[in-house]
Amino acid sequence: MIIALSLILAFQLVGEVLSRALDLPLPGPVVGLCLLVAACVLRPALADRLRPTAQGLLANLSLFFVPAGVGVVAHLPTLRDHGIGLAVAIMASTLLAIAAGALAFQAVARRTGSVDPSALKGEADD
Amino acid sequence: MTDPALIWSYLAQGPLLWLTATLAAYVVGDALSRAARRQSWANPVLIAVILLAVLLGATGTDYATYFQGAQFVHFMLGPATVCLALPLYDNLPRVRRAAWPMLAGLVAGSVVAVVSALLIARGFGITGPVLASLAPKSTTAPVAIGIAERIGGQPTLTAALVLLTGIFGAIVVTPLLNALRVRDWRARGFAVGVAAHGIGTARAFQVNQTAGAFSGIGMGLNAVLTAVIAPWVVGWLG
Repeated sequence: MIIALSLILAFQLVGEVLSRALDLPLPGPVVGLCLLVAACVLRPALADRLRPTAQGLLANLSLFFVPAGVGVVAHLPTLRDHGIGLAVAIMASTLLAIAAGALAFQAVARRTGSVDPSALKGEADD
Repeated sequence: MTDPALIWSYLAQGPLLWLTATLAAYVVGDALSRAARRQSWANPVLIAVILLAVLLGATGTDYATYFQGAQFVHFMLGPATVCLALPLYDNLPRVRRAAWPMLAGLVAGSVVAVVSALLIARGFGITGPVLASLAPKSTTAPVAIGIAERIGGQPTLTAALVLLTGIFGAIVVTPLLNALRVRDWRARGFAVGVAAHGIGTARAFQVNQTAGAFSGIGMGLNAVLTAVIAPWVVGWLG
């Protein structure tokens, strides 16, 4: 697990350095993500080695947002001035964006024949 | 026996107390979410944040003190983001086949997220730095803050708006896409990743691995596209 964690941190580190050195629009961890995908394609054994640790971290991805979420509460006075406008804008635009993204994806998937039967949600799932 | 006030002042100085409290609040949030059979309104982040906010208020602790302990949890966001490479790698054949649908979903979701938010906010008389802070709210926090700084927004306000967007998106995605009868896990995951970044992705992983993988991709691609279109849309509507 320590080896896996060291490797994951190393990919993040290289990602951070590249992101800053090349002034990329992506943050370091996302650059690290791309590098790790490329590394796994070149050496599939790497994916097997990292998978248990990665799955453990991703299973609790929600946890890592909690400290920043508490920060929202600390900034509530800033939000209060434009509270209703910002709340309506966030709620309506998020609903619209999810719907637009999913419907556009689905429409083009049907048109280009890239429907994937194994990725369909069963009627009973929720 | 030592004076309880001395014990408290000791605990209030170190990271142990608030690190423990953060993990405990999440354990409670996650247990409640499970007890509610992962119904989307029982969002574990939201429950944990409310518990901790009440605790901070009750003990008169400020956010800076809290964050000294919580920063260790916060730090793990980076390595967890890198780990999204694994489900992406595992789904690579699926991803290759879905290039065109992803492009369509990305452009539609990303443009609608920025333009609709700014139009609505402007309708409420919001302009200037607050409007600029709102523009990148669907992207992952570090990118959103970078974008906000570049277009004249307030980084701390952006961070708060990003979090609120993520929590709201994670809560509404399941009922919304059920109502729209979107059954494709790839489309469901991808759309919530584009509109509600990592918190949406965390929700997608709770429900389905394929949805989680596509959500991670949607989040990454939207970070790039929003960095390109946000300055342009703010210039147009600001």
